[in-house]
Amino acid sequence: MPLRLKLKARDLARTLAATAAITGLVATAACGTRAGEETAATESCVDTSGDTVKVGSLNSLSGTMAISETTVRDAIALAVKEINAAGGVQGKTVEIVAEDGASEPTVFAEKAEKLIREDCVAAVFGGWTSASRKAMLPVFEDNDSLLYYPVQYEGLEASENIFYTGATTNQQIIPALDYLAETGVESIYLVGSDYVFPRTANAIINAYAEAHGIEVLGEDYVTLGSTEFSTIVNQVKSAGADAVFNTLNGDSNVAFFREYANVGLTAEDMPVMSVSIAEEEVGGIGVENIEGQLAAWNYYQTVDSPANTAFVEAFKAEYGADRVTSDPMEAAYTSVYLWAATVEKAGSFAVADVQAAADGVSFESPEGTVVIDGDTHHVTKTARIGEIRADGLLYTVWESEGPIEPDPFLEGYDWAAGLGDTE
Amino acid sequence: MSPAPVRMFLKTRLGTWTGFGAAAIVLFGLAPLLLSGFRLGLLAQFICYAIVAVGIGLAWGRGGMLTLGQGVFFGMGAYLMAMHLKMADAEFRNGPGAVPDFMELAGIRELPAYWAPFSSPAFTIAMILLLPTAFAVLLGLAVFKRRVKGAYFAILSQALAGAFAILLIGQQSLGGFNGLSRFQYFFGFTLADPVNQQMLYFIAAGVLLAVVAIALQLRRSRYGELLVAVRDAEERVRFLGYDAANVKVVAYAVAALFASVAGAVFVPVVGIISPASIGIVPSIMFILGVAIGGRASLVGPVVGALAVAWAQTALSEQFPSAWTYAQGLLFIAIIALLPGGIASVFKRFPTKRTPVEAAA
Repeated sequence: MPLRLKLKARDLARTLAATAAITGLVATAACGTRAGEETAATESCVDTSGDTVKVGSLNSLSGTMAISETTVRDAIALAVKEINAAGGVQGKTVEIVAEDGASEPTVFAEKAEKLIREDCVAAVFGGWTSASRKAMLPVFEDNDSLLYYPVQYEGLEASENIFYTGATTNQQIIPALDYLAETGVESIYLVGSDYVFPRTANAIINAYAEAHGIEVLGEDYVTLGSTEFSTIVNQVKSAGADAVFNTLNGDSNVAFFREYANVGLTAEDMPVMSVSIAEEEVGGIGVENIEGQLAAWNYYQTVDSPANTAFVEAFKAEYGADRVTSDPMEAAYTSVYLWAATVEKAGSFAVADVQAAADGVSFESPEGTVVIDGDTHHVTKTARIGEIRADGLLYTVWESEGPIEPDPFLEGYDWAAGLGDTE
Repeated sequence: MSPAPVRMFLKTRLGTWTGFGAAAIVLFGLAPLLLSGFRLGLLAQFICYAIVAVGIGLAWGRGGMLTLGQGVFFGMGAYLMAMHLKMADAEFRNGPGAVPDFMELAGIRELPAYWAPFSSPAFTIAMILLLPTAFAVLLGLAVFKRRVKGAYFAILSQALAGAFAILLIGQQSLGGFNGLSRFQYFFGFTLADPVNQQMLYFIAAGVLLAVVAIALQLRRSRYGELLVAVRDAEERVRFLGYDAANVKVVAYAVAALFASVAGAVFVPVVGIISPASIGIVPSIMFILGVAIGGRASLVGPVVGALAVAWAQTALSEQFPSAWTYAQGLLFIAIIALLPGGIASVFKRFPTKRTPVEAAA
């Protein structure tokens, strides 16, 4: 017997017609701006009449990124507490509205919008993955608000509404390559997670390698969160490169370094240069698997400066002596101070005033002096190559001569022509 | 009125119209009046989940197919729409054949051939309606004709969602892990304008009503009876001479179509689509909403999807660092106390049956 779809077709048609009519009527009555027309600027609802001013702290407190991003939340809270103890910003107490980005880009976008439109915060601090930043960017641009993003990233971006206080590629990846080249590395193997940061980083590394006579012996990507590395590590071993450049993120690092140690590779015969492993991650990987390996950042807990001693002491006093401080935490801590200093300079919390006053604002941060570049909204940063030692901390073995100017589109490097070319 | 007569009334034709009327008043009248622009946008997002839920209610609640992979169809609709929006933005900025901004960053200089047709709105909408449906029909025929069912079907559909997300992560020409975001215009309307955001909400609400109407008609038709029969006693239906596989394929394809349309509306509302929104976890969240609402009822899945999404937002706003525990407890409590979902709450009240009612 054939399948007969005997619907009460008339009823269905009526219901659908009624729905379509209502929707059409309401929707067309509510039509707004069309393409090309000027959109009315969104009114900011930031209230600065009282004794307090609100800021948002948007970090993943649940999901896979929670382990990293909760540390950033703590650093932001510490900075706010210190600023309030010193009299606040423009005489107003700073109040944090915390939200959970839940490791999901859509949630980051949703919560960012909530912080701006419902809580009326003056600025938002947070975000970690590039995916979360890309998801939040249109929200901050459309609502004309400010995001302070504290993590090193792949560059090639400069939004008026974002301040990037982590390193861009010329403050982390290029110095790491310079260091490897200086130590006589002539061939490298690239291992990374499959998303935008490793792919962009490796594009830069390939261009650099070609210009500097370094041979790239292999380039492998694994899905984020993948823990199966026996094939890749064996390929790395048989390729026999002078060094490995590692752009893996998260849990994959644990599996990678265990397998790396397991097949008998050591930091002496084939060092691994990592750009996503900081103090927090070393414990998870196990010091015995990673001792002697290299990392490239702008800050380590062991940086020797009065500002850093004060920061580390304050952090341990607040959250416990067993806690460590890492680069993204330091960048987040710094970002709050930079915002406060910019507001003081501008004499106003308004986004346009903060943007106008930002250029040249500086702060004596734990990593050294950082200065905001008004054109790109990035900051100057000192590059540091660190070695992982037996106590689980990273120690500087090389550092750049002073802070490096941010160059997110790599315009100052001839060999990088075409990489950041968005014409 | 006690719950039982309300239920009886809603089954009549007048009752159906009243129900739709009430829903229309709430969605088109009350919600925009009471909610701020931001909350209305959130509701539009939740409504997209509810549209997926209506489809799952049909396929799982009425048809017994545990579709653990609706993220695939949701993702297809969403990515197809997102491709059109990116193309339209690029062409508005740089003229025909322009390369979308994210591709320039990924180093792609030439527009991939499969992107070109998506500059046409008509083609995009046709693909959103046809592609997932056709895929579901083919997949459904392959699976149901072989009498794959139960846990095997659930595992298969979930694996599909996982594979689809991984496939997309590897596609740099579809934004890879970051997905597609930063849309400026929706068929010529500026997305940043609050008035247009409200228009999107109305579109989402309208689609939800239409989808519920279609599901209602399917339930009340002969086909609906057949679908339930297949769910409860597939062998017997087969002995009666029906091809049970075809019956299932139709429900599966309709569910896929609903999910795809939901995805297409989701993209302009939320402003981003990435593999994180369509993989295994989001697919399970779709199912969870339906289970909590009551899978076999018409309105249950809608209520469940809205309730789960709302609870997630409300709890995470209240307790940013501990909301996942609260949400877990809530799920356990509902499933333990109300196995039939929220929709069964009326049935929990014992209703006195009058002799007349019993005789009827």
